[in-house]
Amino acid sequence: MNIYFVIIIGSVFVNNFVLSQFLGICPFLGVSKKTNTALGMGFAVIFVMSIASVFTYLVNNYVLVPLELEYMKTIAFILIIAALVQSVEIVIKKFSPSLYSALGVYLPLITTNCAVLGVALLNIEKSYNLVQSFLNGVFAGVGFTLAIVLLAGVRERIVAKNVPEPFRGFPITLIAAALISMAFSAFSGMFGIV
Amino acid sequence: MKSNRLNTLTNGIVKSNPTFRLVLGTCPTLAVTTQALNGLAMGAAVTFVLLCSNVMISLLKKVIPDRVRIPAFVVIIATFVTIVQMVMKKFLPSLYDALGVFLPLIVVNCIILARAEAFASCNPVLDSALDGLGMGFGFTLSLTFIGIVREILGAGSFFGLPIGSLGNISMTIFILPAGGFLVYGTLMALVNYLTALAENRKYAPSSKKKGKKEAKA
Repeated sequence: MNIYFVIIIGSVFVNNFVLSQFLGICPFLGVSKKTNTALGMGFAVIFVMSIASVFTYLVNNYVLVPLELEYMKTIAFILIIAALVQSVEIVIKKFSPSLYSALGVYLPLITTNCAVLGVALLNIEKSYNLVQSFLNGVFAGVGFTLAIVLLAGVRERIVAKNVPEPFRGFPITLIAAALISMAFSAFSGMFGIV
Repeated sequence: MKSNRLNTLTNGIVKSNPTFRLVLGTCPTLAVTTQALNGLAMGAAVTFVLLCSNVMISLLKKVIPDRVRIPAFVVIIATFVTIVQMVMKKFLPSLYDALGVFLPLIVVNCIILARAEAFASCNPVLDSALDGLGMGFGFTLSLTFIGIVREILGAGSFFGLPIGSLGNISMTIFILPAGGFLVYGTLMALVNYLTALAENRKYAPSSKKKGKKEAKA
């Protein structure tokens, strides 16, 4: 039971994907102008990450390892993720148009979100089992969502402020992210998780 | 024609520097730059992949059907990344460990796919190679620079060599994640400032907040 708790707290707060592991920075900076869109992106990421964690785990353990093709991991995983994103898009479009209109625009962007490939590779590296991989996928996604929504909240306020010209746009966003990251670094060492 | 080629090469280094101007490939930029050497190594790996994938995609641009071009590009890029991974694991194991998960993650580095899509898929081989080299050098220079700043401030050393007694008063925050964001943001602002100076443009105290970002995009 304890390990599950550690994975959950660990991947949301301590090892937050964006703020302490630097995975998924591109959407973190790109899609964080408004809280609503940030939330949409966050949910799409949680969704894809949890499915991708399960699929990559299964493919790695039942196809790549028995055939001794571990060196094909990177190629196999990126193909799985690309195919997965595409099929999720088709399924959602067919069965839930409302969900599609909420998540649709973010889905194609997720293929090149390194957080998704990152979580798949880290699951294997840490030799998590199926349930642990799934939980890690879900809660790493939750951590991503938390970070991106927090940043969006900050950015919505920055827009109304008089920022020095060279800092406008990305630089001030990065500095805001630095402050959020500093706050999150207070979690490090919690429960003895690095 | 010749100056055109030169432009293609230098474009990625200064005018559309992937790190400071295009803001692409930010994950490795922040993650591996705790040491200058790691930044340099990551830059070299990305340059290799960028050069090879640009050449390959440019050669195959007539063969790849338009509808499946993105998956095809991704497979080509992933192949070269796997080559880099295998070579580095064999010959530079310590660097392989230091770059960790970010080495396979070069696959999803947006610079590479962006150059494949925007440049290599519609330009001749030589130009694509030059573009890949230029972009790669730009990326490497920026990463090494960020790495040097963070290493000096955070660990008091330069490429692993201690600078006097600077190590005693180093500010660890700069090699922590927060310092990465901070240094990157500040350097980007500095680059914006210098670019504006170079263009002889005066900063007007305008009330438009979004002008800068739109101009950049």
